Amino acid sequence: MTGVLLWAVLPYLTIAVFALGLTWRFRHDRFGWTTRSSQLHESRLLRIGSPLFHFGLLFVIGGHVAGLLVPASVTRWLGVPDELYHLLSLTAGTVTGAATIAGLGVLLYRRLRTPAVRRATTSDDRVTYLALGGTLLLGMSATVLTNGLGGGYDYRATISPWFRGILFLQPDPSLMDGVPLPYRLHALFAMALFMLWPFSRLVHAFSAPVRYLARPYVVYRSRDDRRLAARAPRRGWDDA
Amino acid sequence: MRVMAQLAMVMNLDKCIGCHTCSVTCKQTWTNRGGVEYAWFNNVETKPGQGYPRRYEDQDEWKGGWALKRGRLKPAAGGRLKKLLNIFANPDLPELDDYYQPWTYDYRNLTEAPLGDDVPTARPVSAVTGAPTEVRYGPNWEDSLGGGPEHAAGDPVVRKLGREVKFSYEQSFMFYLPRICEHCLNPSCVASCPSGAMYKRSEDGIVLVDQDQCRGWRMCVSGCPYKKVYFNHKTGKAEKCTFCYPRLEVGEPTVCAETCVGRLRYIGVMLYDADRVTAAASTPDEQGLYEAQLGVFLDPHDPEVAAAAERAGIPHDWITAARRSPVYELIMRHRVALPLHPEYRTMPMVWYVPPLSPVVDALSGTGFDGEDAGNLFGAIDTLRIPLDYLAGLFTAGDQEPVRLALRRLAAMRSHMRSINLGEPHDPRGPSRVGMTAESIESMYRLLAVAKYADRYVIPTSGIGRAHDLEGIATTCSLDTYGGPGMLDGRTELFTWRDDERPSGLFPTLPGKG
Ligand code: HEM
Ligand code: SF4
Ligand code: SF4
Repeated sequence: MTGVLLWAVLPYLTIAVFALGLTWRFRHDRFGWTTRSSQLHESRLLRIGSPLFHFGLLFVIGGHVAGLLVPASVTRWLGVPDELYHLLSLTAGTVTGAATIAGLGVLLYRRLRTPAVRRATTSDDRVTYLALGGTLLLGMSATVLTNGLGGGYDYRATISPWFRGILFLQPDPSLMDGVPLPYRLHALFAMALFMLWPFSRLVHAFSAPVRYLARPYVVYRSRDDRRLAARAPRRGWDDA
Repeated sequence: MRVMAQLAMVMNLDKCIGCHTCSVTCKQTWTNRGGVEYAWFNNVETKPGQGYPRRYEDQDEWKGGWALKRGRLKPAAGGRLKKLLNIFANPDLPELDDYYQPWTYDYRNLTEAPLGDDVPTARPVSAVTGAPTEVRYGPNWEDSLGGGPEHAAGDPVVRKLGREVKFSYEQSFMFYLPRICEHCLNPSCVASCPSGAMYKRSEDGIVLVDQDQCRGWRMCVSGCPYKKVYFNHKTGKAEKCTFCYPRLEVGEPTVCAETCVGRLRYIGVMLYDADRVTAAASTPDEQGLYEAQLGVFLDPHDPEVAAAAERAGIPHDWITAARRSPVYELIMRHRVALPLHPEYRTMPMVWYVPPLSPVVDALSGTGFDGEDAGNLFGAIDTLRIPLDYLAGLFTAGDQEPVRLALRRLAAMRSHMRSINLGEPHDPRGPSRVGMTAESIESMYRLLAVAKYADRYVIPTSGIGRAHDLEGIATTCSLDTYGGPGMLDGRTELFTWRDDERPSGLFPTLPGKG
């Protein structure tokens, strides 16, 4: 019963909160949609921590896509032996995960020790850092302790099919029975993170400005009311 | 030819008394909120001096503006890919210390300090953290050469002159330089914005930040060589001078211009050929940029230009306004207004009439008649400062345009003095600077008499919408930071209380809003 709740109901709840939350935030709080950069207050540590964290994270996300979405049969068909796959995923996961955690460590240290940055920290931030840090640390311990030192764990036989089942609307919570605890906790924390996502500063990840690469440098816009604000302009005198 | 219209400004530096009224009224209007305590859309700096933010003119350090790389224009800090790779931490972003740490005073201590022998004082406290602080720099730290010998030597323009300059008050020259956003024809802030949230308005050329589209990547701040985009550290969005567009749209001058004590600001329309901007900004020789920018402007009296403007959809009253534009007169007809740092290649549109007063003062100080044209001409040439300093500011070091402007101002002074004193005036006087008595007198009416209606020739943008625009311009003054109308500038999504309903976060129900 708990299995069904945790591994079939909760995932869909997460997806619903995530999708609806993002839509709502985009429609009604575009003004709050920002990185809320704190570089104005402190630059030196940020220039170490932020790239370390973000570049690490981009690789970690790439690793998750490869590990969760690509079935083992495909890599075998491509001629990659399972032992090699395990070794690659383990080393890549450890290195990029460590970089991400180190980056987040620097960012957290900076956030706590720089008075101005500390002052600029909201409760949204605190909850987000907790979920983000928890997810990263649990994921790292699953990789290093269970999958590495613990002698290896083939998540592609259990977690990955479960994950794809969720996506393809054929949830099979029984696949998660017997999965080592760090993995299960990591997945739970990740779901919490995704539920917080739309309501925190993490929304900035969805506006990664890749279109910039194909845009003319100078942008012209005409004085058109519809494009100037997401909200309808208020009328002149009624507010008072 | 693609005709576009631009609202531009000229400031006559001879008249600036450095009173900061413009800065204060601008701040009251636009930046009296949390997160932009340190931001002055209009600031007035003493020149020579390091300016605000400190040493912003040193583009070797700050990498603002454009650079010419193999004949092509590129943002000096790097192209699109480099910007994206640097997005997680911007290597060229000034810190708050480079502007100044905003502060207030602990006034409460004055009334609440326990009874004692000492008179209580209001100590400075940081406006950012609330902790006691020391005031180390400010938006006008070097007012009237205060700390000159120590500070002014750090002025990047002085550094470039490469020789010794005297900075004690008695030995030096100085003047005030009021600065706002230049609303450039080739804005590097817009080019640096990865989100496309910054734009130049096609109707009037005003450069704005779309607050709903800005994502806080803070690339525009470093991209602007004049450092006129500011990051609101509370809302996480970039903000900048708006050229008071809600006022201009109903035909009123900007707040800084309206309140200027010296009445030295001029606002008018310039027509320009948008197709020529990039080529002009790519002029290889920095000293050719001033001439190149003149070449971009179009003569509104030319019937062909007027016809092309009509075809481009520019309203008729804008074309008439362009013909009466005081800005056009000063820039194109009299050639006494010059651009600030054209070498940044952004094609700035706030121009300056260089100050003749330092020359007159220096001359009078030596016992000569400081208003005699012959004496003045001699002095302009022999007093190497201010000439080469002014050239470093306005023409990338080319002294000729500055010399011409100063000589024209000098000729105007002596011509008008002889008229006022009823002396016979030298009929060849104006022609020595390539002008006629008639054009000198018209320049005099513009620069010295400076009637309100002559200083501001601003076409409106559709009176039909004036009522709506009024709504943008006049929000309740209680809606300020910490005021009862505002929630700290942002909404805390996790912690707002049941009885609060942050405006704008929810769809407005029909019949209820
Ligand atoms: C590719 C997409 C992304 C881009 C371009 C991006 C960019 C940025 C930028 C510019 C900042 C502000 C740094 C500053 O100046 O203070 C930032 C902060 C942050 N980002 Fe991202 N980000 C991306 C994706 C993500 C993702 C996927 C996450 C986490 C799941 C994330 C988590 C954070 C956090 C926690 C901070 C706050 C750091 C701090 O100040 O302590 N970002 N990001
Ligand atoms: S001066 Fe104004 S328009 Fe020009 S680059 Fe700076 S912010 Fe942009
Ligand atoms: S209000 Fe006018 S005179 Fe006073 S500082 Fe500003 S520009 Fe100069």
